Formats: sequence, C-alpha cells, structure tokens
Amino acid sequence: MSGSDLPRTPAVLMKGIVKRFPGVTANRGVDFRILKGEIHSLLGENGAGKTTLMNVLSGFYQPDEGEMFVNGQKVSFRSPRDALDHGIGMIHQHFQLVRNFTVAENIILGVPGPWTLNMDNVEKSVDEISNRYGLAIDSRAHIWELSVGEQQRVEILRMLFRKVNILIMDEPTSVLAPQEIESLFETMRKIKNEGRSVVFITHKLEEVLEISDYITVLRRGKVMSTVRPEKVRERDGTVSTELARMMVGREVILEVGKQPMKTNRVLLKVDNVSVMGDRGELAVKGISFTVRKGEIFAILGVAGNGQRELVEAIVCLRQKQGGQILLAEKDISACLDSIAYIPEDRTGLGSVPDMPLMENVALTNRARFSKGPLVNWKAVREKALGLIQEYNIAAPSLEMKARQLSGGNLQKLILAREFTQDPLLLVAEQPTRGLDIGATEEVWQSLLRQREKGAILLVSGDMKEVLSLADNILVMFRGQAMDIISGEDEKGIERIGPLMAGLR
Amino acid sequence: MRVVLKRRLKPLAWPRHFLTPVSVFMALMLGALLFFWVGANPLRAYVEIFKGAFGSFYNFSEVLVRGTPLILCGLSVGLAGKMLIWNIGAEGQLVMGGICGAGVALFLSSHIPTFMMIPTMLVAGFLGGALWGFIPGFLRAKLQVNEIITSLMLNYVAIFWLEHLYFGPWRDPAGRGFPGTAMFPEVAWFPRFFGTRVHLGLLVGLGAALVVWFVLAYTRWGFEIKVVGANLRAAQYARIDILRNILWVMVISGGLAGLAGICETAGIHYRLQQGLASGNGYVGIIVAWLGKLRPASIVVISILLGALMVGGDQVQITMHVPSAISLALEGAILFFVLGGQIFQDYELRIQSEAG
Repeated sequence: MSGSDLPRTPAVLMKGIVKRFPGVTANRGVDFRILKGEIHSLLGENGAGKTTLMNVLSGFYQPDEGEMFVNGQKVSFRSPRDALDHGIGMIHQHFQLVRNFTVAENIILGVPGPWTLNMDNVEKSVDEISNRYGLAIDSRAHIWELSVGEQQRVEILRMLFRKVNILIMDEPTSVLAPQEIESLFETMRKIKNEGRSVVFITHKLEEVLEISDYITVLRRGKVMSTVRPEKVRERDGTVSTELARMMVGREVILEVGKQPMKTNRVLLKVDNVSVMGDRGELAVKGISFTVRKGEIFAILGVAGNGQRELVEAIVCLRQKQGGQILLAEKDISACLDSIAYIPEDRTGLGSVPDMPLMENVALTNRARFSKGPLVNWKAVREKALGLIQEYNIAAPSLEMKARQLSGGNLQKLILAREFTQDPLLLVAEQPTRGLDIGATEEVWQSLLRQREKGAILLVSGDMKEVLSLADNILVMFRGQAMDIISGEDEKGIERIGPLMAGLR
Repeated sequence: MRVVLKRRLKPLAWPRHFLTPVSVFMALMLGALLFFWVGANPLRAYVEIFKGAFGSFYNFSEVLVRGTPLILCGLSVGLAGKMLIWNIGAEGQLVMGGICGAGVALFLSSHIPTFMMIPTMLVAGFLGGALWGFIPGFLRAKLQVNEIITSLMLNYVAIFWLEHLYFGPWRDPAGRGFPGTAMFPEVAWFPRFFGTRVHLGLLVGLGAALVVWFVLAYTRWGFEIKVVGANLRAAQYARIDILRNILWVMVISGGLAGLAGICETAGIHYRLQQGLASGNGYVGIIVAWLGKLRPASIVVISILLGALMVGGDQVQITMHVPSAISLALEGAILFFVLGGQIFQDYELRIQSEAG
C-alpha cells in the first residue's frame, strides 16, 4: 500500500533495484521513493538490505538491475561523488572521518574548489551551518577529541555543507544516548522543514513512530510495505505488532522468562580498576564491582565511555593502570583458562573469516583439542558438528569459510565455541548487535542457560537487552561507574537513561 | 564505452585447473617474441629448452640439481609467508648456512666421527641460516622493525662475510688466486646418486617439504601460524603469542634457507666459493608465491623452474641465444600466472556509457 496523496514528483524514485553479492542477493527488485521534505524511515532486520539499498542510492554500489530517477531524471551513479553532485549524501554507521584532522578540515575534504584553501572562511561557514541546525561543535577541534555523538554531528555538517537534498543516515541512533537522540531528531526536523529529505535507516520501532512521515519495511531484500506511522500505532502510542510482524514475518516475543538470581559466592571482583585508552587518556577511572556465580552483570553505556577498555583489561588483552581484578580470589591473569570472551567484533576479533568453520571452532579451543604439539582435528570435527546441531547453526558444511556465514549464525558459532570451554566467567560484548530478532532470542536463551554454570559479564548499549537479561546493571559514563542498579528495581531503571547521559 | 572488472558472485571453479596452463602459455608466447627478437626460431627454442630439461636422464638429473636449493628457499619464504612475514633474506640465510656448514667441514672434520660428519654439517647449516633469520625476526618482534628491509639488507652482509672468508682467512693457500676455500675432506662430501650430480640435498629438500606440510596441517603451532597470517587480531584474541611465533617462524625459515646453502656447498661445490650467492634465495620468493605457499606445490614449481633454467642453458649452447632469456621467461610466467588469478574472481565486462 503506497501513499495515494502524491501529485508531486518524488525527489528520488528507485525502481526494481537488484543488487547481488557473492553468496547473497541483498536487494531483490526494490521499489522505493522519497518525497521532498519528508523523513522516510527504512526499517528492517539486519540483513534485510536497507544499507545496501541506500549504498546503491548514494553511489557506493552500482545496482545489477533497476533504474533510479532524481527529480524525474534518470540517473546512474558511478561513485559517491556522482550521487553528491545530484544532492544525495549518506552517513555510514562507521564514520568516515580523518581522526587527525580538525572538524573544518574534514568538512572541506574532497569538496571540489580552487586549489587555494582559506580555512578561516571554511570554519566560518561551518560555524554558521552548525548554528542554524543546532549542531553544537567547535570547528577547530580535532576529530579524536570528539565523542561519537559529536563525530556524528560532523558527518551531518559535512553533508549540509555539501548542500545535499537527500540525507541518508544509517542507524544514526545506535551510538547515541537518549538525550542525544532527541537532539538528532530535532536536527532532522529542521532539515525536513527546509524541504529537504532524510532517509533514516533503523531497526528500532519506537524511534520510527516518533520521527517518520513514511515507513518502508524491508524484509529479505524486498519491500514488505510502505505505510504512514499512524497506521501502525496503537491507541496507547506503542508500536503495533503489525509492524514487527512485517519485519520478521512472524510474531515476536521478547519475553525471555528469566529466573530470579540465587545468592551465591562472589566470582569476579573488580576493585578500583583504571585503564588507559588507545590515545593514552584514562578511559576507565577507578571502577569497582563484584559479580556472583549465577549472575548476569551488565555494563551499560553509550559506546565509547570506557566499556571496551574495561572489558579488555578484564580479559587481559589490555594492561590496567591500577586496581585489582580477581576471579575466584586469584588474580585474573592466572585464570585465563576460566574466562571466555565473546567480542563485539565478530569478524575482526572473534573469528578468522577466511578459515573454515572447523578451524574457527578450534581457535580458542586449540589447547583442549591437542595432544602434545598435535591438534586432534577429528575431535574438533566431531565437536563442531555437535555444536552446529545443538545451537541450530545454519551451516551446510564445516569446510565453508566463516565469512560465508550470516552474522547471526557466526555469532551463534562463537557463542557455542566459548560455552564449550565451561568458563567460570563469560564476558559477552554486544552479543546481539546487528542480529535479527530470531537470532537475538536464541543468543539470549543461550546466555541464560550459561548463567546457571558461572557468571556472565554482559556489556551492551542496548537497554532492552540489559533489562531482559541482567540481574545488576552498572551504568558507565566517561570511564566512571555512575551507579549500580538492580534489575528488579523499577525506580532505579527509570534513572538509567539520565545516568547514561552523565546526569546523576 | 569502458571495460570494467566486476567481482564474481562466486569464484569460478573450472579455471582452477585451466588458468595456470593458459597463463604459462601466454608467458611462453611473450617469450616467443623475445626469441624472435634475438633472431631465433621460437618453436625450435622451446623444443630445445624442453629437450635440454627432459631430453635425457642426465639432463633431467640436472633439473633436479637446480631445483634442490629452490625447494628449500621456496619453503623458507613460504613458511614465513603463511604468517604474512616477508622473508626477503633467504639469499643471505642460504649464504650463512653455507658458511657455517663449510666451517664444520674445513676445521672440525678431524674431531667428528665420520658418520656424524654430514649430520653435523646439516645442523650447522641450519643454525647459520636460523641465526640470519633470527636477527630480522627479533627486530620485528621486539622493535617493530620492518622485516622486509632488514632481511633484505642482511643478504649483503652475508655476502660480504662470504667474500671476506674466501678471499681472506679461509682462502685456499694452494688455490693460486681462485676465489674459494680449500676443497672439503671427502667425508664432508654429500653422497651423489646414480652417477649424476643429484645429491643428498634433494632428499633434504623433499623431507623438509614433508615436515613443513605436516607442521602446517597437523600441529598446534602450524595452526597458530595460519591464524596469525589470516587475522592478526583474532590471533591476539585467541591468546596466540604472536611475537614468539614471529621469532620462531623467522628462525625456522632462515634455517630452511641455510640448509639450501650447505646442500649447495657440500653437494655441488665441495668448497665455499664464489657463486654460492647466485640468486636462489630470490627465486625462492617466486617459487613460494607461484606455489601459493603450499609445500607440495613449492616442490613442483621448484622443479619446473629448474627445468627452465637447465633448458635455458641448453639453448644458449645450441642456438647461441643469451641464457638470460630463461630469466625473462621466469619473470613472464610469474607475471602471467599471478595476474591470471584475477580472472577467477573477476569478470571482464564491457559497459556502454550510461547517462
């Protein structure tokens, strides 16, 4: 059902877009249109083809089939620059900024112009644009000095500086605290009121209702529906199950049925730990907490507030500056065999994409499957086949490369592998990031099962995940523990949002 | 209109067995132009090369002789390459292996029981090369010094040592100015087989290939090397001691090239002499990458390149064309084979200009 109220020429019209990649077809004949002056949400589970579609529109990819029209004119983009020339710009999930450059230098980067450069003028016009759209930022600051939210503002400024008419944002809210999201939405509305359009890629249903004029739901590379938000809002303002069903094609239940925690002995004791970040700044400033056996302890915060550094210190991949980390009353560096770590970066850290699944199963388990200097590949094979069955991993053979698995299946494989180590402490970092709802549920269930056997340290930026799973929640902001809140404490939970933004 | 390379959805399966022969054929066609240019009949030249390499039992035995150091050098470069370490220093490691082995042969033969002589020389050769691999390995592991530069530069250091020794303290007093040491005592000569120059070194090379294959396929250490090469950060995550592995890989890699050095010295020359550093270490780089870092392929490629060299010498004699043409052919083959890989993953498309 598409809107019937359009006498206007759409700003962008995409017809029958097909885009194939080795092993997958990301878009299977997608029709999509963007009107002038609208915020159009592109909703779908991970892997639904949202980002691919927008990469096609912004010239990063060339479609295998299909046509595109900008203001009624047929176009074909060979590069992002072509798209920018037609007023289409995209902000990726991973920002494309030069860390050692200033804000203004990043904004002028790649802008065609005379061969002389007057940075004063650039800075002046950057300041002007940032005032107009409420994007507070110091144009002389270096990128590495900025928080993730500020870096996002630089990306937006860069697009506005280029005078784009279609601004595409790929999951912009996933890195932001609630307050920052509000101000991002404010900026989006200002852009819209000038008659420009914003494409908002997300898989968060609530945000979609709040901001969009139109919602297009993609599923498995096809458009399921394009609707007005009113049509999918319940009377009480919540999202209708209709929308979720469009996304996943079935009823989604996000209740995980967690048993209350029993009081057990303390397994992990983190005492006044400080850790340096990559740039030599103090990223973790004297954090203390304890995790008991049978507990899921969550560290919640907006990305970049020291969680990664803290986790790396706990799993001994980074040196700590001060404090003590004890596992079962021994220094943690002596108990590496009792820790399993599920890293956020599944393909960069948690697996070797170009190696077969079997070797990926052996990756952290190789000592367990070795006799002397030899690896017992037969035992690895049996174990791997067992895991694939037990964890419902869609993998046709053990010889296939890890990179051929979808994100969800790879994550289940890593999870399964780490569980086989029978760890006292399992550290799970953003374990469901980018997974679809089905895979997320399976991962959560696996974590809850593991909880019976040891302690789990869950690091997440996803409030829903934390509230569904955690017994206790530590909110981290700028390297400090704002507070530790019990998962049962209703009043405490309301404070989490402000705490994440640094307000006590 | 423009021609674009488009990544295939799936790498083509059929060219796997087809691309390499076609690439080699293309290289030979380029070589044909070269022969034409120097006034030789290309077809006859290739026939001569083939006959020179495979025409008789003796000729083929010479192919194996030429292939022997290539196998060891190829394994040396290939093992390091598995870990994405660039050992450009096989040449120098080969020379150091030759020097250390020769030292044993020249000065310790009267102190070592006869049956232990050759094993001791092999060990000394391995250690000499290992030392020369250890230096860049250590600098890379501890100080992040680029091993390409250090291993390359150590080649010259090793060659200067070699020259210093045979022009200076180790010079054969009875040699009347010949740049080389005295002949080794006969107990230090590697046995030769079937009345040809094929010597113990070939077995050493084949044995080393077997060991390297086994280590990579079945040992924990070999697995760790492959993980480091395939994803450095995953290796850190899996708590693989990367620095220690770099060090060990460079030591073993150097040792393999060192074996090539002692095998050439004690199998062919019977003395340390000019001509030990004849580029086998560099050809080893070509061998390793043409063989895609796989030990079995490295053996095959070594023998094929050996055949090209022997055949090249043959055309020089029979047709009076420079034998350097075989070097040019070698280069062309490398270029075409590696370049040809692209057609497995990409397709050529001609696109008309779209508005």
